[in-house]
Amino acid sequence: MIRLEGITKHYGSFVAVDHITLHVPRGVLYGCLGPNGAGKTTMLRMIAGILRPTDGRVLIGGDDVQANPIGAKMRLGFIPDRPFVYDKLTGAEFLRFVAGLYGQEGDPVERRIAELLEVFELSSWKDELIEAYSHGMRQKLIISSALIHRPECIVVDEPMVGLDPKGARLLKDIFRQFVDRGGTVLMSTHTLEVAEAMCDQIGILQHGKIVAHGTMAEIRRQHAAGDASLEELFLKLTGGHAVRELVEVLGASR
Amino acid sequence: MTQPSLVHVLQPKWRTALQRVRQERASGGGGKLVILALVGSGFWTGAFGLCFYVLRALRSVEEVGVPIAEKMLGIILLSFMSILILSNVITALSSFFLAKDLDLLVSTPVDWLRLYLAKLGETLVHSSWMVGLACLPVLAAYGVVFHGGLLFIPYVLLVMLPLLLLPTVVGTALTLILVNVFPARRTRDLLSIIALGAGAGVILLFRLIRPEQLARPEGFQNLVAFLAVLRTPTSPLLPSEWASRAFMGFLDRDFDPQPLVLLWTTAAAFVTLGAILHRQLYATGFTKAQEGAERFVRGIFWRNTVGVVLLPLPVAKREFVLKDIKLFFRDTTQWSQLILLAVLVVVYLFNIKALPLHRGEQVGFFYVTLVSFLNLGLAGFVLASIAARFIFPAVSLEGRQMWLLRSSPLDLKTLLWSKYWVGTIPLLVLALLLTGLTNILLQVSAFMMILCLVTICALTLAIAALALGYGALYPQFETENAAQIPTSFGGLVFMMTTIALLAGVIIALYQAVYTYLRAVYDHEPVTVNSWMLLWFAVAAVACIVATVVPLRVGLRKMESFDF
Repeated sequence: MIRLEGITKHYGSFVAVDHITLHVPRGVLYGCLGPNGAGKTTMLRMIAGILRPTDGRVLIGGDDVQANPIGAKMRLGFIPDRPFVYDKLTGAEFLRFVAGLYGQEGDPVERRIAELLEVFELSSWKDELIEAYSHGMRQKLIISSALIHRPECIVVDEPMVGLDPKGARLLKDIFRQFVDRGGTVLMSTHTLEVAEAMCDQIGILQHGKIVAHGTMAEIRRQHAAGDASLEELFLKLTGGHAVRELVEVLGASR
Repeated sequence: MTQPSLVHVLQPKWRTALQRVRQERASGGGGKLVILALVGSGFWTGAFGLCFYVLRALRSVEEVGVPIAEKMLGIILLSFMSILILSNVITALSSFFLAKDLDLLVSTPVDWLRLYLAKLGETLVHSSWMVGLACLPVLAAYGVVFHGGLLFIPYVLLVMLPLLLLPTVVGTALTLILVNVFPARRTRDLLSIIALGAGAGVILLFRLIRPEQLARPEGFQNLVAFLAVLRTPTSPLLPSEWASRAFMGFLDRDFDPQPLVLLWTTAAAFVTLGAILHRQLYATGFTKAQEGAERFVRGIFWRNTVGVVLLPLPVAKREFVLKDIKLFFRDTTQWSQLILLAVLVVVYLFNIKALPLHRGEQVGFFYVTLVSFLNLGLAGFVLASIAARFIFPAVSLEGRQMWLLRSSPLDLKTLLWSKYWVGTIPLLVLALLLTGLTNILLQVSAFMMILCLVTICALTLAIAALALGYGALYPQFETENAAQIPTSFGGLVFMMTTIALLAGVIIALYQAVYTYLRAVYDHEPVTVNSWMLLWFAVAAVACIVATVVPLRVGLRKMESFDF
């Protein structure tokens, strides 16, 4: 469903994403992990068509995001990490606006808006300007907007940031159901427990490259990690020694 | 605990400013600097030349010359002070209550006095730098004409510093009180209306008082009455009056320390009182400022009015236009500027009506035609300023939401198309209103009426395209305040290009208008000949190029945006 073919992104001499090739099939929830600055957000923004790759291409359902952006984006729902939305629109107006961008209108859209707002417990806020929403409420609204046009795949950057435990649980259930019905989710997260519990496949990024990829069992096998937890694997692959040393130094200095 | 110094508290501000300059230099911003220097020196030379010419003429007039010069300086400083109070009220709201660094400063053990002084200094710089620069050529002209010498330079600083400080303290105190009464987000809306209403009032008052009558002493009964008016201070309690007295005393070799002492002691007393007020009210005000303004909006009005008119459009375009209109009219800082705009139109038409063209005496057909023709340039300039304020920031304002637009199947052409027409249609209405009404007031011929209306329509389409195109070429995605976007380098380049276009079109059409005037003078029938057609075509091509090219370039630039 989502296919990356050697995508690369340079910012001047800095290489943010370095020749990543990846295939996320239909019906899979794929988790993208990596330390800060590893290139996760850049990769997701290239998939969503927000950033243009320096090299390589992104295919969504067979459509090239650069060559046929409309076709590719019609299948996609994107949820960014920072919930910037139009403050002077109400929640319902924002969802109606987003549906319009996908060419949808009328009663089915109104029903979908009511349904999504109900699910995310925003119904009583639907006629209030977004400027009065909390961070978590904005995040819920953006998640609703990514679902409004019934996409085939969802690309989501740090989905749990700002959500309360109930909202986080709801989102996990929604993603699971979405994938069980044949949808595809590609998400980045720093919460290793979430990734371990939710994801069918995992990729670990460092310095713009995928350093490990597969199911948990496959990654353990690849790196001869026995029955190590994802946290241990993550630290091993991304420089965990430094973290341990730091913890020891901090402990000793007390 | 030792308190950090003021310089330390302000460190992020000046370091950011320095870094910006370094980045600009590193990215080859030399060209920008040259253009800015050229425009700046052009403005200063022009303003200095005008003041120099007027002051030299005044100085040669015995008895009344110097008092008139002092009166003029008093009026100029008073106008600057009124502008500064309004500007400080708005700037203080942002720097004391809404700035992003406040969470950090308030949560650290920085004492209240340092916070007050640091933020007061920040407000002073942000709100006064432009007025300070505008004062330079005026004061330089006074210094040169009245032989102030090199000592006049530090003296200017000595007088201007307390004069700029006073409105900053007053503006800050007003904001502090208002924020304690209303939540800050509401206060911002309220202040925008107060500021613009006051600004509009000042413009109207200034226009209706007609200060140009002061320059016509024949209107007074006798010289003594005229002198009496000149020698009476506007108000002895106004700091602007003290400053003008301080300046003229120095320049007239009649130095009196009293106005200087008044300025400095008052400024010191005001800062002290401001600090006491800050100590009493800031904590509660800051807490209130965190409260949101709860507002429920149904949004049915726009859907049932503009939405119905837009029904023939595809849904994406319709929703985009509706969204832009809603955002504009729900943002008080945006729509309230329409009040100022309305006042400007009234003043504009009032000025045309006040022209001495129809005062009984026979005024030549030539002058009426000339004024109507040159009015095209003036109206074009007004439209360019409005486009700079409303259309130029359109692309920049989408910046933070660009993730949504770029990840959706919305075609960028549709986005640009919607932005273009949302801005152009109101501008076109205003253009026709300005030109049509002016021509009716001037009683121009049908030929000139048609020529002017067609030209202003073509110019408006081009000006809007230039504004949008340059806005996309020089986007300011990080700026939160829409009012700051037109004052950027891109805004300056847009204004310069538009002025060049206006000059080009007027020069081209001049040939056609001249042919028409000759035909009328020679009592020949006015026919549109091939010579006139040629120049109409030149003007039309200029407008078409200025419409199509910026939109295409803007679109290409938008396609290359990386977020």
